[in-house]
Amino acid sequence: MNQAIRNAWIAAIAMFVLIFGALSYVQVVGADELEANAWNKRTLLQNYCNDRGAIIVGGTPVAESVAADESCKFQRTYNQPEPYAGITGYFSRSFGVTGLEKTMNKELAGSSDQQFLDRVGQLFLGNQPKGASVELTLDPEIQKLAYDLIPDGQRGSIVVTNPKTGAILAMVSKPSYDPNLIATQDPVAEAANFAELNKVPGINLNQNVSGPTGALLAPGSVFKLIDTAAALSSGKYNKDSVLPNPAEMSFPGIQYTLPNYAGGNCYTRNTATFAFALQQSCNTPFASIALDLGQAAIADQAEKFGFGQDFGDQLKLDSAPSFFPTEELDDASLAQSSIGQRDVRATPLQINQMTAAIANGGVQMQPNLIKAVRSPDLRPISEPKPQALQTSTTPEIARQINEWMVSVVDDGIASKAAVPGVKVAGKTGTAELGDGLNNSWFTGFAPANDPQVAVTIVIEGVDITTGATLTSPNAKKIFEAVLNK
Amino acid sequence: MTSIDPTPRPRRNVELVLLVLALAVGIGANALVGVDQQKAFDTDFWFQSSLLAAAALAFHIVLRLRAKYADPVILPLVVALNGLGLAMIHRLDRVGEDTGNNQLRWTLVAMAVSIAVIWFLKDHRILRRFTYISLAASAFLLILPLVPGISAGEILGARVWIKFGSMTFQPGEIAKITLAIFFAGYLSSNRDLILLAGRKVGPIQFPRFKDMGPMIAAWLVSIGVLIFQRDLGSSILFFGLFLVMIYVATSRISWVIIGVGLIAAGGFVASRVFSHVALRIDGWINAFTDEVYGRAFGGSLQIVEGLFGMANGGLVGTGLGQGRPNLVPFANSDMIIASFGEELGLIGLFAIVLMYLLLFTRGFRAALGTRDAFGKLLATGLSFAIALQCFVVIGGVTRLIPLTGLTTPFLAAGGSSLLANWIIVGLLLMISHTARGPVDTTPLAPGEEPDPQKVLPVMPSKPATVPGTGRNSPDAPTEAVKL
Repeated sequence: MNQAIRNAWIAAIAMFVLIFGALSYVQVVGADELEANAWNKRTLLQNYCNDRGAIIVGGTPVAESVAADESCKFQRTYNQPEPYAGITGYFSRSFGVTGLEKTMNKELAGSSDQQFLDRVGQLFLGNQPKGASVELTLDPEIQKLAYDLIPDGQRGSIVVTNPKTGAILAMVSKPSYDPNLIATQDPVAEAANFAELNKVPGINLNQNVSGPTGALLAPGSVFKLIDTAAALSSGKYNKDSVLPNPAEMSFPGIQYTLPNYAGGNCYTRNTATFAFALQQSCNTPFASIALDLGQAAIADQAEKFGFGQDFGDQLKLDSAPSFFPTEELDDASLAQSSIGQRDVRATPLQINQMTAAIANGGVQMQPNLIKAVRSPDLRPISEPKPQALQTSTTPEIARQINEWMVSVVDDGIASKAAVPGVKVAGKTGTAELGDGLNNSWFTGFAPANDPQVAVTIVIEGVDITTGATLTSPNAKKIFEAVLNK
Repeated sequence: MTSIDPTPRPRRNVELVLLVLALAVGIGANALVGVDQQKAFDTDFWFQSSLLAAAALAFHIVLRLRAKYADPVILPLVVALNGLGLAMIHRLDRVGEDTGNNQLRWTLVAMAVSIAVIWFLKDHRILRRFTYISLAASAFLLILPLVPGISAGEILGARVWIKFGSMTFQPGEIAKITLAIFFAGYLSSNRDLILLAGRKVGPIQFPRFKDMGPMIAAWLVSIGVLIFQRDLGSSILFFGLFLVMIYVATSRISWVIIGVGLIAAGGFVASRVFSHVALRIDGWINAFTDEVYGRAFGGSLQIVEGLFGMANGGLVGTGLGQGRPNLVPFANSDMIIASFGEELGLIGLFAIVLMYLLLFTRGFRAALGTRDAFGKLLATGLSFAIALQCFVVIGGVTRLIPLTGLTTPFLAAGGSSLLANWIIVGLLLMISHTARGPVDTTPLAPGEEPDPQKVLPVMPSKPATVPGTGRNSPDAPTEAVKL
């Protein structure tokens, strides 16, 4: 009997050996992998109460850590919370982090590789750990103006960039929220606020992206700029080409017909030049170009303008890639997609990138939000320089499209974007959502001969008249504000 | 573990020294927790510490009076574990929660009951009289949570709770002890029969089918618990308990093979038929997939968060009060091991696991030392139950095996578990007392009656058959025990 007891003891010891092994694996061998897991909030929360670096716009912090009580020495605070929420994101004890707070966490927390020596110094001097501050390229006045131009209760986004450098001057969207509500140290209030905010249509706090970089919308007629670039670079068309402009296109075997826009002047002609088709935003000329060139040519051109690419790494802010369908389309679907409807989706940032590439002679710059990262003693740790991302089209084609976009503002349907004394290039878009509601777009740049600013506005889910008053006229206000600085 | 000290020594002073150390560990941990919350050494702290110390010393004094040869290491180990548990539960209390003090109250109750068991029972062999009463009690306790009116209903997917007013209790924890008593009593009485009869197939001797009765009964209990109470952990524990006891009673590995085969078959069918078992297994294997992690019920969030916490603790831990164990659901009960792992690190957790190892080793030692088959079986069963329970809990938390809802003995918040485990400690202490105490081997004088105060009740069906055994020889053995 005693031998059996000893054997039972050996079995128990064997179980404990397994336990020791499993504990060692979890806490030492596999610990790094677990700490790197995307679901692991602890690594970020480790520094929750530390003096985190500020996010600075125009010399003023929009997010900073201010001294708090003893239990948590520093409290993250957002100044002007709503206009910047989509960029800063939030830093919450229970719900983790989003936005720049997440992507720039290493710098803000002071744990990036470049800050290693600082950390060692802090360790020996016994100082509070202090993170680096992040200065943004945003212009606080333009950011505020853009935010106010979208009426409260209206969903929409505005992106303003410098096409020559890729610097983001303003990037806003509504609805927005106050990150302070979920950065509070009161766990009950934090949870209640989080649940409440998430109920607002258009706000998803679980996602890491906001409207300008995350909303995938049908681009409507602004996509015709890509058709135009594809047509000119194919060699089959030139600036004087005469395009078919039937009132509607039908497709063999299906009921559906693709009509021209009924409100404009398209119906006056059966054929059109590029200039006329763009000015009046006629549909059938571009649909016929797409059918002529084929899906691959359009998709290829869209990719050169940035479709299918994730700008997140360059922007330091998570972004959703825009897409033009790659699976084979039938003629009717291709025709619709070529005018920015049906299967094609783009973010406001993507449309701005496309516009900026045309403004910059066909060269697309890397979108850039970070002006400088500075250590606590203001020494710059990194200062990103403007960099070309890709060549979207030739300088000649870019110049030609630029010219036609000017005529869209001067003689066409984007006339409300005109700024006295300045040549403005623009293009509008109206993507139908059904029920009479549309996504209303404007994208353009100014001055056309020396582009300083590219503006993209999208207002979601509006009727045509409201859309028209909230896009081109607002673009004009932003052009004036930037150019008068 | 083989030789028994020829000259028995009480070693109660050793126990006292170890007890002071154990109290220092538990109370020190509680103080550290308080320092972090800016309320170290307040009146609450002194009150709680003195209560714990007083209870531990009272236990010690009772051992001096009633079981002076009891193993001197068991009580300090348990006090240290219980003290650490109290500190961690106190530390995990959020504003407005008072689980810490509730746990302290239960600790005192459990220690008092354990003391009462030692004081009134006097000798563990008396329990053998209650073999079949224990079986009835086990069945009663296990059925209680299913009785409408008393049942607390389904809590977190399991029906193992009963309620009195606002209080809830898990009768299954006590059933662990009564089942062990039944198995020990039944097997010590019938082992000869089970051993001798049977058919030999190759090298393995299989028991007769009718001797399989208790095995089938144990299997049915385990499966019943699994189906009706949806409690996978207890099911494994009960079956493991029975398996080890029947193995020790018969020394036949064939029983273990049959038992493991039965439980494997039962488990396989259960995992196919019952969603709660399948969910547990899915949550274990696919813990790191989006679908399982995000699942509202039966997902792997708990285990994954626990792993994150332990990884965060690393080798040395964040320090008591410095980590974020509260990010883990059930941080103070099912997942308390992860909380310790985070704040005390691998080193601290190794120390805790080693304490368990020492504790069950001491239990096995008592089983080896005691001279009656009933005591051997009971001590082995209870010690193995502690080891198995630790394995199932810690294995579940570390994702070695699927996570089940068992409690970590002495550490986890929960009154029923504390009470049951302290009673187990009381029984082990009593068994170790007889194991380490002196044996009176002088033969009976002719015509002398065994002293009824000293000699234990003899099972009527098993009269003393070995003549010349010492007069104090307990429980006229059912076999000539080979030491």
